[in-house]
Amino acid sequence: MMFRNHLLSIVLFTPLLGALILLFVPRQREGAIRWLANGFGLLGFVISLPLWFWYQPFGEQWQFVEHADWIPSIGASYYLGIDGLSLLLILLTTLIGAIAILSSWSVITERVKEYYVVMLVLQTGMIGAFVSLDFLLFFLFWEVMLVPMYFLIGIWGGGRRLYSAIKFFLYTLVGSVVMLLGILAVYFVYHAATGEYTFDITKFQQMDVPAAAQKWIFLAFFLGFAVKVPMFPLHTWLPDAHTDAPTAGSVILAAVMLKMGTYGFIRFSLPILPQATHDFVPMMAVLSIIGVIYGALVALAQTDWKRLVAYSSVSHMAMMMLGMFSLTPVGLTGSIVQQLNHGISTGALFLIVGVVYERRHTREISEYGGLSKIMPAFAAVFLVMTMSSIGLPALNGFIGEILILQGVYVVNKVWAAVAASGIVLGAAYMLWLFQRTMFGKVDNPANAGLKDLNAREIATFVPLIALAIWIGLYPTPILRRLQSSVGRVVVRVNSVYGPAIAKAEADCNRPSAAVQEPGMPAGLIVSAPCESGTTTPAAGPTAGQDKR
Amino acid sequence: MPAGFTPRDFYYLLPELVLTAGACLVLVLDVVLPRSRRLLVWAAMGTLAAAAVSLLAVDGVNTTVARDLLAIDGFAFFFKILFLLAAALTVAMSPGYLAVEGVRPGEYYFLILCATLGMMVMAGGIDLITLFIGLETMAVSFYVLTGYLRPNRRSNEAAIKYFVLGTFSMAILIYGMSLLYGLTGTTHLRAIATTLAAGDGGLMLPLAVLLLVAGIGFKIAAVPFHMWAPDVYEGAPSPVTAFLSVGSKAASFAMLLRIFVEGLPAFRVDGVGTAWGTPFGWTAFFYVLAILTMTVGNLAALTQGNIKRMLAYSSIAHAGYVLIGIVAGTTRGVTAALVYLMIYAFMQLGAFAVVVLMRRADIAGDELKDLTALSTTHPGAAVAMLIFMLSLGGIPPTAGFMGKLWVFGAAIDAGYVWLAVIGVANSALSLYYYVRVVVFMWSPDPGGESTPLRISPALAAVLIAAVAGTIGLGVYPRLLFDLAQASASTLGAVPAVGLR
Repeated sequence: MMFRNHLLSIVLFTPLLGALILLFVPRQREGAIRWLANGFGLLGFVISLPLWFWYQPFGEQWQFVEHADWIPSIGASYYLGIDGLSLLLILLTTLIGAIAILSSWSVITERVKEYYVVMLVLQTGMIGAFVSLDFLLFFLFWEVMLVPMYFLIGIWGGGRRLYSAIKFFLYTLVGSVVMLLGILAVYFVYHAATGEYTFDITKFQQMDVPAAAQKWIFLAFFLGFAVKVPMFPLHTWLPDAHTDAPTAGSVILAAVMLKMGTYGFIRFSLPILPQATHDFVPMMAVLSIIGVIYGALVALAQTDWKRLVAYSSVSHMAMMMLGMFSLTPVGLTGSIVQQLNHGISTGALFLIVGVVYERRHTREISEYGGLSKIMPAFAAVFLVMTMSSIGLPALNGFIGEILILQGVYVVNKVWAAVAASGIVLGAAYMLWLFQRTMFGKVDNPANAGLKDLNAREIATFVPLIALAIWIGLYPTPILRRLQSSVGRVVVRVNSVYGPAIAKAEADCNRPSAAVQEPGMPAGLIVSAPCESGTTTPAAGPTAGQDKR
Repeated sequence: MPAGFTPRDFYYLLPELVLTAGACLVLVLDVVLPRSRRLLVWAAMGTLAAAAVSLLAVDGVNTTVARDLLAIDGFAFFFKILFLLAAALTVAMSPGYLAVEGVRPGEYYFLILCATLGMMVMAGGIDLITLFIGLETMAVSFYVLTGYLRPNRRSNEAAIKYFVLGTFSMAILIYGMSLLYGLTGTTHLRAIATTLAAGDGGLMLPLAVLLLVAGIGFKIAAVPFHMWAPDVYEGAPSPVTAFLSVGSKAASFAMLLRIFVEGLPAFRVDGVGTAWGTPFGWTAFFYVLAILTMTVGNLAALTQGNIKRMLAYSSIAHAGYVLIGIVAGTTRGVTAALVYLMIYAFMQLGAFAVVVLMRRADIAGDELKDLTALSTTHPGAAVAMLIFMLSLGGIPPTAGFMGKLWVFGAAIDAGYVWLAVIGVANSALSLYYYVRVVVFMWSPDPGGESTPLRISPALAAVLIAAVAGTIGLGVYPRLLFDLAQASASTLGAVPAVGLR
């Protein structure tokens, strides 16, 4: 019971404990440090697994809640809890963290101890941001992530690593200090309304912020989150940071840290500022669409393997933003599923680049060619992940993209059409990359003797491939866990259409509760968060088919 | 017993009396036992510890002593803790530094204790004369301390500069005080408050306020009265610079709060008090001062290659953040200023402890490039410096973030949203030069010979204490917040007293 009641704290602090223990291991004993770090990486993942099984998809809104005083004089508390969204992102974080640590085994040869300490601290920072239900605590963890990532890029990176590290650091920080102003504004608005000083996110989510203030707060949040996503035109730190970071750093950046931005939008911007969210939909949509196309086009033009993957992230993340700002259950669900997918596939793609980089120390695409003959297992892994990334049916990417497009389509057909063309471009640059590196003759003698994947490397890919196939074939368990959380956000953000929601709540017990009032934007299908045991319309493909 | 004094007064003045006695003891010890340098340090530390213990006597007390000249209240209590702490850390980082510089400690520790005493009087004074005496005691001690490295030209230059400009600013300050006296017929702040609450300030009030702002602005190194700070900070012995930038600044802020919040409450914002028939408030002065101070301080710090100069400009910028709390002016704002000053003490003293550490026989150690590869040569010091820089930049989970949170929060709460925005922009700007220090520390070793760093136990203790404070107050700031809130609420909350 003790374990269950404090599960989030345990998941949160396991990596930090590992980091503290590592501090006391003599730095010469690199073998011991590696084993210990990997042990804690794996432990961090294993210990987070009960969350998946114990989470009640249709239970309380916030589960595994922990609440303790922290700074009562300003109303900040140590308040943890998760819903379906944070559940999935935490599991992604712990899994990717373990994989990233495992992938570093032979690459990192300098300052080994510091490296693993930094990785584990980073892990705690990321989990902390996802589990915090106190805005100040969230901000604390949000910033805690920066310094370890700065060092990962700045010390163990390549190329212009110091430049990239500082650029990453300053971009994110400038965004987040402005976000802090927004947080303070919400804090004082809440105080003005209720007379209570608190940073409690769950209370903020039920408050009506005055419309005039919403606009400014939305922009403040936007700057914090959009830099992290990153949304065009705030994306310019990303190619540098991803390219110059060590492999594990790129994996974590792409797979988890970018999700902080999207998570921030879903957790804070949408539910706390529903009015402003609606007002800013056109801006967000246009920026997202530009991001989809621009990211893909720039990716097409890259000659650096890792930079190509980095730009593909810009395009994919923009797609998730578009799905999110369709503000439909389908689109939002798709956006979240796609966040997981992107974590899996892009994480794997960066690992793939890392594998060849470790062998050849170059990332120029033109240096490679015909690798499928020399490294068949590697080529197979790359093929699966390429297919996952471009959204081939039966793999995970397809599920996310089809949901997003469905959500966007009912809101605006043009947006959907343009976004779909981004997918086509995505297929183009990925397949072209695959062709240039894997097929053809082995005309570069340096590639002739390359070794195929070893057992450790295979171990880093197996869970990702398994997940890609699982989500592609049977996403229901994930969708089930998201359903009521997504429903709550959608209901909240569309609260300007009050009557429809009341109706939806009344219809909660009917099998098909799709509601569409005249005057509501097409595609706004409200599925109210029903109590456990009742069947709500799936916030998945089926819900979309219910519309007239 | 002097007229008007009671035994109770002496009891409540125990910290000050202990400090005075200790300072005299240190002075005598130096004469009697000129060879025992170590003893002087221990005597000074013992004095500070005894003063800290005797502070318990005034915990929770809210009264006035010495014929109403000094307040013994939560506000003074808070600052006395801060001063004793800063003095103790300064003393602890001094012996090694003085040894490397090759100067005899002599009256060094005596002067530190005297300066501390002056600060404590400044925090408690509720009479213009008392405040001025406290300020003089502190300032004169610092003039001497700044020039303590007699063979060093930079130190001499700094002392002269500080002395001339300091005296000049003092004259301006006392001019302002005399105008205030002329207006009200009293030097007692609470009496001034009651007198001026009733009527119009006339033309003299804005002039008096302007002069007071200029005089105190010099002491807190607010732009445009900051010109002396970089030179003095660079030239003075590093521990003295540390104490100057923390203690002197905090004491001057205490005086500022006493004079303006306690002495001129009716003129806080436009529309309440009037001068010459028109609404007049001193907040506007500090509003402008805060913006200038933050912005100029940060911009100038961007290009510095000398750590002490960089920290000088950064400390100017931090004075700007504290001024935001004063502009807010509410109890929340005053709390923010107190919280910020306490947190600033830890991070600034810590950063200077690293500068002191870098000073070796043949290396001045105060250039940024001297920090190159510190992470390989002395990882512990590098991590400590990293924490101080992050804290100065205001990044959680360090204390600097909590300080900024309070300050900006108070500004938004009081309706000064734009001031908060400018403050945030500034703190983002400042990150650039703080991170630059980190970049140097983690850049690869250029090779070549260098004297290895030797960290004395005392200096290690200072670093550990500063790191513990910076992280501890960042992760669990509850006790500090409660204390600051309680202290801020005593400022001006005492029932106004009549004319003596």
